[in-house]
Amino acid sequence: MFIGYFTERPYQDFESGWVGATGREIEDLGMTNGDYDPRIGAELYNRYLDEKVYAEEMGFDGLMLNEHHSTPFCMGGVMNVEAAILARITKRAKIVLLGNVLPIWEDPLWLAEELAEIDMISRGRLVTGWVRGTGRESVAHNSQAPFNWERFQEAHDFVVKAWSTPGPFRWEGEHYQYRYVNPWARPYQEPHPQIWIPGVMSRNTVKWCAEHRYPYVMLATEIEPTKQSFQYYDEVAQENGYEASTEHHGYLFKVHVDETEELAEEAGRKYISGPANPFLEGNQGTVRSNLQNLPGLTSRTQLLPTVSTFAAAARGRQAERDAALAEQEAEQDKVDADAFGTYEEQVNKYSIITGTPDTVIPKIRHVLEELRPGNIFFWDGDGAMNHEDAMRSLRLFGEEVIPAVREMGKELDLKGAFEVDTQTGAPLSGD
Amino acid sequence: MTTQAETHTQIAAEVAGLKVNALQDGSGPNIVVLHHSTGSPGWIPFYDHLAENHTVTVLDMPGYGQSERPTWARHPRDIAIMLHSAIHKMGIDTDAHMLGMGFGGWVAAELASMHLHGLDSLILVGAAGVQPEEGEIADVIFYEFEEYVKLGFSSDEAYAEVFGDEAAPELKELWDFSREMTARLTWKPWMFNRQLPHLLSEVETPTLLLWGENDRVVPLGVAEVYNASLPNSQIQVLDGLGHLVELENPQAAADAVSSFIAGL
Repeated sequence: MFIGYFTERPYQDFESGWVGATGREIEDLGMTNGDYDPRIGAELYNRYLDEKVYAEEMGFDGLMLNEHHSTPFCMGGVMNVEAAILARITKRAKIVLLGNVLPIWEDPLWLAEELAEIDMISRGRLVTGWVRGTGRESVAHNSQAPFNWERFQEAHDFVVKAWSTPGPFRWEGEHYQYRYVNPWARPYQEPHPQIWIPGVMSRNTVKWCAEHRYPYVMLATEIEPTKQSFQYYDEVAQENGYEASTEHHGYLFKVHVDETEELAEEAGRKYISGPANPFLEGNQGTVRSNLQNLPGLTSRTQLLPTVSTFAAAARGRQAERDAALAEQEAEQDKVDADAFGTYEEQVNKYSIITGTPDTVIPKIRHVLEELRPGNIFFWDGDGAMNHEDAMRSLRLFGEEVIPAVREMGKELDLKGAFEVDTQTGAPLSGD
Repeated sequence: MTTQAETHTQIAAEVAGLKVNALQDGSGPNIVVLHHSTGSPGWIPFYDHLAENHTVTVLDMPGYGQSERPTWARHPRDIAIMLHSAIHKMGIDTDAHMLGMGFGGWVAAELASMHLHGLDSLILVGAAGVQPEEGEIADVIFYEFEEYVKLGFSSDEAYAEVFGDEAAPELKELWDFSREMTARLTWKPWMFNRQLPHLLSEVETPTLLLWGENDRVVPLGVAEVYNASLPNSQIQVLDGLGHLVELENPQAAADAVSSFIAGL
């Protein structure tokens, strides 16, 4: 079992009112960075790095970073910088990047070089991971949304080739072109660092991931849909002539451990207050759906049905208006349900696990039994949690939770991607 | 407004192995119509007015509506080149007036720059394609697509008169489908081509730059850049109307086009 630690590294400005005190709205791509205070940023970057170092001391196998852009819920716009620092200041833990937003890179050769440097500085502790990004990322770096999936695939193929094929070579692709690929930096690991793919529900990505035999890490999704995604992965694996197993499955979930149940609940509630990821239910931020669903991010390639749409509009206007209003109301009810009173609901459905080690450990066991992932990440220290909240939890993870979870992993035979080679199924000798 | 597509002639041509579809009606000199970035909503009253004295051909630009997608196309100029061929194959490239609206106006301007002596006139209605000296062409990326269409009218009330408070699902599907193709053709820069003003200096085709007074999508400054680039152009502003003049006041828009053509 591979056990990692994750926080999204929110930009926390307790004076700003963003955590609810003044009711200022956190709207996706709707805030000005004129409000950004680099002194707060300085403290937070250092805090999050310190917590990662402590997480390694407490026995975590992996330190996970992620990347978002132009948003206060994640300070990892350039997570490769954080990864490079961790490469130098930690000794043993894997540095797991889940992930670089491949399609927004105009120059993926630069990415290949950065990651190779990080892998060398860490002496082979890098785990790379790549995502397509949300609409926010495409807007922030002005990457043409309809070609997002094509660019993801081409950049992946290119980076892997740049890492594993001796140069120089030429690359004249659809979206990327190079006349001289010969980076004077190669990954420490042979042929290259492991590639893990994080995601939520995209069947496209799950299929592609299974075809490449890469571990697929579900990001804090609910148990039932997570199971379905793993099943789909396994089906694609079979179609591709191999049996997927625990090492191919990863799961990130929110777990906070504390000294008392009272402290645990107090901190647990902070997951969904303040600048926490506004995608997730119950949080205070507002996501703008038009920015998330950019044109072409999910392609509509078929022809339109043959209709005179203008005439249809005139015919059906009143009826359609009524139907649309009813639909809007239903949608609003759903939004309301998501937005209010969900801390308890999320606790009930294991979306948030919080408590003392005694209460947390059985709940983790439930999740592991249900999903059988070989690679897990505990998501902690987020939302409005402060450094003290994070450190108390990390200490208890180290003292009680991680040892217990390791035993569970053995008992349930949950092997991770550093115990079994996901490409061949052969046992690995460990790190 | 309830005119059915079936009452008009469907015509098609194959260009680069792909079907290009069009609706046609009326008789007389040709008016070739290129639609907005939101796609062609079918036969609208504006076309009925134009068809009183002209053969009106409304193309689905490649990748929109019933015309197959050129997956390789990356720029409105690619579409203009395809349409240059399509209108020749359809036999509507001579004795022809080219009318482009919004994004279709950009394509029409590109086409005019490569069909220098073939068009009797060029009519650009709230056309994108060049960068205004001040302000910006509205960016659909920052709007719900229905809000974007609303922005095309001088007021929400004017939108509601045409589409109702809430547009029909078929229209929303059209708008959503169309903006994907648009995003494949223009992104950086958004909605203009820095080369176009230079090329337009060779276009002596008489050109009408027809704009709604309250166009909130393509600022009037775009018309001014077109006017400065084209040797033989004039600006006409329709009082009180927004970007979608042909929907907001079909009669006024058609009258402006007809009198421009009559005065050539």
